[in-house]
Parts: sequence; C-alpha cells; structure tokens
Amino acid sequence: MTDAVASKPAGSRLGYRFNIVGVAALALILAWAIVALLAPWLIPHPVGEIVDLDYFQPISADAWLGSDYLGRDMFSRVLMGARYTVGISLAAVVIACFSGVTLGMTAAVSGGLVDMLLSRFLDAMSSIPSKLFGLVVVAAVGSSIPVLTLTLAIIYIPGAYRFSRALAVNINTMDFMTVARIRGESTLYLIGAEILPNIIRPVLADLGLRFVFIVLLLSGLSFLGLGLQPPYADWGALVRENIGGLPFAAPAVIVPSLAIASLTISVNLLIDNLPQKIRDRSA
Amino acid sequence: MAGSPNLVEIRDLKVEAKTDAGRRIEIIKGASLEIARGEIVALIGESGSGKTTMALTLMGYARPGCRISGGTVLVDGKDLLALPEQERARLRGTEVAYIPQSAAAAFNPSAKIMDQVIEVTRIHGLMPPDKARKRAVALFKALSLPSPETIGERFPHQVSGGQLQRLSAAMALIGDPKLVIFDEPTTALDVTTQIEVLKAFKTVMRSSGMAGVYVSHDLAVVAQIADRIVVLKDGEGKETGTTAEILYTAKHPYTRELLAAFGPTPCDRCAEREPEDQPLLEIEDLTAGFGPIQPNGLPLVPAVQSVSLRIERGRNLGIVGESGSGKSTLARTIAGILPAAAGRITFDGKALKRSAHERSREQLREVQIVFQSADTALNPAKAIEDILGRPLAFYHGMDRKARDARIDQLLDMVKLPRTLRQRRPSELSGGQKQRVNFARALAADPKLILCDEITSALDTVVAAAVIELLKELQRELSLSYIFISHDLSVVEAICDEIVVMYGGKQVEQIVPARAEPPQHPYSQLLFASVPKLDPAWLDRLDQNPELVREYCRR
Repeated sequence: MTDAVASKPAGSRLGYRFNIVGVAALALILAWAIVALLAPWLIPHPVGEIVDLDYFQPISADAWLGSDYLGRDMFSRVLMGARYTVGISLAAVVIACFSGVTLGMTAAVSGGLVDMLLSRFLDAMSSIPSKLFGLVVVAAVGSSIPVLTLTLAIIYIPGAYRFSRALAVNINTMDFMTVARIRGESTLYLIGAEILPNIIRPVLADLGLRFVFIVLLLSGLSFLGLGLQPPYADWGALVRENIGGLPFAAPAVIVPSLAIASLTISVNLLIDNLPQKIRDRSA
Repeated sequence: MAGSPNLVEIRDLKVEAKTDAGRRIEIIKGASLEIARGEIVALIGESGSGKTTMALTLMGYARPGCRISGGTVLVDGKDLLALPEQERARLRGTEVAYIPQSAAAAFNPSAKIMDQVIEVTRIHGLMPPDKARKRAVALFKALSLPSPETIGERFPHQVSGGQLQRLSAAMALIGDPKLVIFDEPTTALDVTTQIEVLKAFKTVMRSSGMAGVYVSHDLAVVAQIADRIVVLKDGEGKETGTTAEILYTAKHPYTRELLAAFGPTPCDRCAEREPEDQPLLEIEDLTAGFGPIQPNGLPLVPAVQSVSLRIERGRNLGIVGESGSGKSTLARTIAGILPAAAGRITFDGKALKRSAHERSREQLREVQIVFQSADTALNPAKAIEDILGRPLAFYHGMDRKARDARIDQLLDMVKLPRTLRQRRPSELSGGQKQRVNFARALAADPKLILCDEITSALDTVVAAAVIELLKELQRELSLSYIFISHDLSVVEAICDEIVVMYGGKQVEQIVPARAEPPQHPYSQLLFASVPKLDPAWLDRLDQNPELVREYCRR
C-alpha cells in the first residue's frame, strides 16, 4: 500500500479512473456489437445452407464451430444469431428502462393521483404472466422483429417502473427537491436534473439485469416457435434446437451458450465497473 | 507498560486517508494524549480537525478509507494497533465503549430498546440476559430516564431525542467499560434537553469512576463535564490543559479564537427604529399544520397557530424555540412549501398566495429559504457550479458566460475559494456546504431570506464566521433575514427582534436592544438553559422544577 502511492491509477490523465475488468467487458460487448452489425458480410455460409452431411460435427478447419443438428455451419449461425440476440434485446431493454424509469420518477415527483393511477395500471400489467403475454401478442399479430421488441419491452416496463419509483421516492424527500420545487421548476427538470443523477447507477445496474432477463425470455419464445422464424435463430433458439447434441459434446450446443454467457456477464461487469470520475484533482 | 498510572496513552498517532486519485492525506499528524483512570478528557476542535478520528483510534478503529499509519495506542497497557482484529473486537464494548452523535441513527428502528441495550452483553457473553436486563434498568435509573422499568420495552421512535441519547449511553455503559467515548452526544439536542442529558452523564461518570473522552466543538458544554481539555486543529494537538487553564489562561491563538467565537457579539446595528409604513413582510393570524382540516377550521395536527409577525426592510427577525415548537413549519408556511390553513401573508405590499405553486416566479425569487442541513439541501450528484448556476439560469436567464462570472462572484461573496466550483457537496466541509447553500439563495437576488437553523450543524468558530458573513452581506445587499434557531446567542447576535415560540404559539416578542429580561416563564427557562463558559455552571444551575415539568418534554 505504501509503495503504490507513486504510480497513479491508469487513466488519471483523462480525469477518469478505469477498471481493467470494466475495460475488458466493454471490449467484449463492442466485439459482439461489431459482429452483430457486420454479420452478413462475415459469415462463410448462408445460415440456411446445409454444408455437411453429418450432424453435430466437431470443430474442423472447414466448419470452425462444427455443424448443427441439420449439418448447417454453426459459425455462421452464431454470428447471425448475435444480430438478433443483441439487437432485439438491447432495443427492448432500452425502451423498457427508458419508459419505466421516466414513469417511475414522474410518479414519485408528482405523487397523489398521478402516482396512484400509474402504479395501479402498471401493477395490473405486471400481474400478466410474461410468457403468456408474449404468446397472445405473437398469436394475434404474428411474429416479426418490431413486434418481438415491443412485446419484450412492455413486459419489462412495470419492473423498471417499480424499481425506479422506489429509488426516486427516497430522493424526493430530500431538501434539495423542496428547494427546486419552490424555485418553480417543472416536473421534467425535477426528474431529469435532480433525481436522475442520483439514481443513475442502480438504474444502470438494473438495466444490465433486465437485459439478461430479456435475452432469456427471447430465447424461451424462440424455443416455443414464437420468436424468430427458421432458418434464422437467436442464441437461445440455437441452444434449444441443438440440445440433442449434448451427449455428443457437440460444439453446436456449447458455443451459443457461451455466447449468451459472455454477453450477459460482460454487460453486468461493465455496469459494475463504469469509469469513475476522479474528483480529487489536486494530485 | 503495565503499572502505568494512565489508562490511555496515545503516542505520536498518525492516521492517513487516501483520495480517489491515490493521493494520501494525513488526518492526524502525530498527536499524543494521556488519560488517567477516572478522568474525563475533552477533545475539542472544528469539524475536520480529526477529533472523532482520534477518538475512534481508541477502539483501534479507522473509518473506511482511513488507515492508522503510525504511533501507538495503549489502552490499559495493551497496544490496540498491534492486536489482531479479533482481539480488538473483544475489547470494544467491554474495555472501550462508544456513544455516537446521533442516537437516532445508531438505534435499529425495528427492535426494542432493551434488546439493543443488552446486545453487548450477549455478543461478549458477559452475563445472562436476565441479569443484563436488571443492570440495564439500574442504568436507566442512574441516567434519570422516566419509567426505567418499562422504557426498554419501547421502540426507538417512541422516546424523545434526549431520552434516546441517554439510552445509547446505557448501551455503552452496560459492558462496564474502562473508557467511554462520547462523540458529540448533545449536539443534536435542544438546550433545555441538553442540560438533563449532561447532568445524567456527569452523575453516572462520577459515580462509576470510568474514564471518558468527550468529543465536542462546544466549549461551554465541555467545560461542564471535562477535567482536561485538548484543543485539536488540523490533526495536531494545539494546546492541552485543565478545563480552568483552557478557559481562563489560554495561550494558543486558536484556543483564544474558539473562546472569542463563544463570547456574545452584540448586534451593532440593532438600534431601535421607528416602524415604517409598509413592512417587507407581514403575517396575520397564520395557522398551518398537517392532516385534513377539522370542522373548527384548524388542521388535524396544528403546528403553527395564529402567528402574527412583521418585518421591515433591512431588519432581521429571530424565531427561537425548542424542536417541535413550530418554528420551522412557520418558515415553510411563509415559503409556501406547506400552504397555510388560515391567515394572510403580505409581502412588499402585495398579498402572497398560500401555496408556492400559485405564486409567480418573481415572488418565488424574492423569498428564498435556506435549510438547516446542507447535506440534504445540496444535490450530492451535482457540482457546486451547477447548483449555483441553476437559479441564475432559471430566474435571470443568464447564458453560460454570464453565469460563470456570477458564480465566481457568489463564491467570493460567501468567501469560498473559486477552485471549489468543480467539487461535489460531499467533498466540502460542513461550513463550506452551508456557505454554498446560502450562496444558492443569494443567486436569486432575494429580498428576504428565511434561514432555518443554518448554523446549528456548524462548529462555534464556523458558525460565528457564517453569522459575520450574513451581517456583512446584509449591509451590502440590503437583505432581510428571518432567522430561526434554537440557539439564543446566535439569534441575539443578528436579530433586531426575537419571537419566542412554544407549542406552535408565539409566547413572547423580545427586542434585544432594549435589554429587558424575558417575561414569559418559558422564555426565562430557555434563556437560562444556554450553557455558559463556566465549569461550575451546570452544578450551580437551579431550575424551577415546576417550570421544567411544564415546558420540557424530556
């Protein structure tokens, strides 16, 4: 501890302290994001093409991650799956958290009737089982990417609302809120400038957790055949459709599982290790 | 070291903290301290002087982020710093006990008081629970708590602040420690309550023969209870002496400053004036409270009842009373935070709406309120410049450049260095935060500032400096203040007129310049309860027990 004083932590020149875990997690997320964006140009084979006559092949020079239960190239399918898993889940979680947190803070700041109506309505929504809700919506309007995204978002709004409202209610009792109120500030300023900076960290942590839930729910829906339609598949669907390869230790079932794990764990690690502003600038 | 006459010997103690940039700061820079058996030593100094940090090292403890980096702390011959953590934990509560500043925060709100008081004996396996309970009741009696047999069955929210503070003393004393650390135990209490708590502490400590460390910033309180006083500043002991030596023959300039800050600063500009035709603020028959309005027109729980006041331009009004007397509610009602149930508020010749929502932005700007606790009044997530910049943008529509210049001016006005702009409130000291809190009110260019106990959380020297600052700003900006406080000396120093409140009602109006003694019995009690810089004051204090019973909810 005594000797560590001379060396300043990395990144102190920028006024931020980075954590090596956070940087690694960010790198992994960025890598998946790039894969998701560029997948159509990266894949060696079209996702639906059967490249091998044998199924559940191990890793080879030809098929980098082996083949799936129909003999399709697993590498291409995982890369394309990243598009759907990352894209749909990210869009859904951002919509869910943005609306949920905004409504939650508004309810906390407004109080009274607004709070009661919003809370009861969202309580009612959260009482609908999520899978069932997804089933009904997809059965009614058919499965497409926008429908899936919105459905997933709506399912997770009540949770985000409850969470942020609970946090905001505590902040709302502080004197600086009273000061801002009798200054004549609008609700928008109160929630955006006074409350949000105080709850942003837990809200981001919640976003990471909710992202994981959405990835899992999306995988579940895909397994039921209500998610993406074949030959396209997200990572959850890849795990499910290749589950038969487990006794053969086929990479087809392990690789998409690892992909899900790497993404969800990195999201959580990043959120726990966001760069922190160094405020003691006199050093 | 065994056989040493001193119970505690701190030698060359150094404590350091590490900032988030990896810079190290010495909080205690080689301080030494001895405490004889049965002696009470006071550590006195402003916030940030390291007095609590030093007291905590007596338990071998440094707060998170801090580290004891040198020296020895001998308690009863054992060097606490050399012991393993497990051994130290065994000594805490049995050899050395701690009484925190805020008893309300130290008690678990969801457990009965008795279970919490005897927890120490359970953890250390000192005695069976039945015996511990008996001992606790005996301590409650010694601390002159009401209904000592049953008070332990209550929950912390069911007793008053003064009682809770004494209960936390019982919690510390039950393990029969050799040394008790008092960390500003009466700072948060009313003067009338403080007397009772101090008396109880003094009696118990005298009869048990325990040694004590009394951490405080209030010299007058310390003078009542301590045998010796150590004056700390910037992590160094500046002066040590017996209580009488420090009070009457102080040598160090800082000690003299402390003493001077305590002395009364008569209000130099408080000459009586002829009342003007149009007061700045006039309140008539104001009633406010909580809960639904009852058939008789009063709220369910009235906090302020039929108060009438008037305050003229450039003059100050003081409102004093104990906690629960409705003085803060009165300020909140004037500011429109809690709309009045009845009565009229006229500001600058125009009637003010009861609720802040219905007032115009200009009206809101002209009356600013400064809250007691700068910790909760400043948004911890924002930099000082953003906190000060918002009223400038909101009320005056200043652009970024104009704001920057004005923020610098405001910081100069409240005598803060401009380099603090980028900091967050948590990185400032209590006095600095209160100055920022005040600067935010000034940013609105108000005519009237409601100061709600703004010096109560500050040390004597800092509070005196803040009061001086208020006076100075008043001369420059022709402001008026309504100054709410439970500290009479503070109010007397700045106000032209003082209103004494009790139980939501105005009981007396006093003009300090006339130097008339207070007439109402409650005012008399209140004025008599302010500690004096005289070691014998508490023992000599003779209060009419009937008065005390009537007016003190102890």
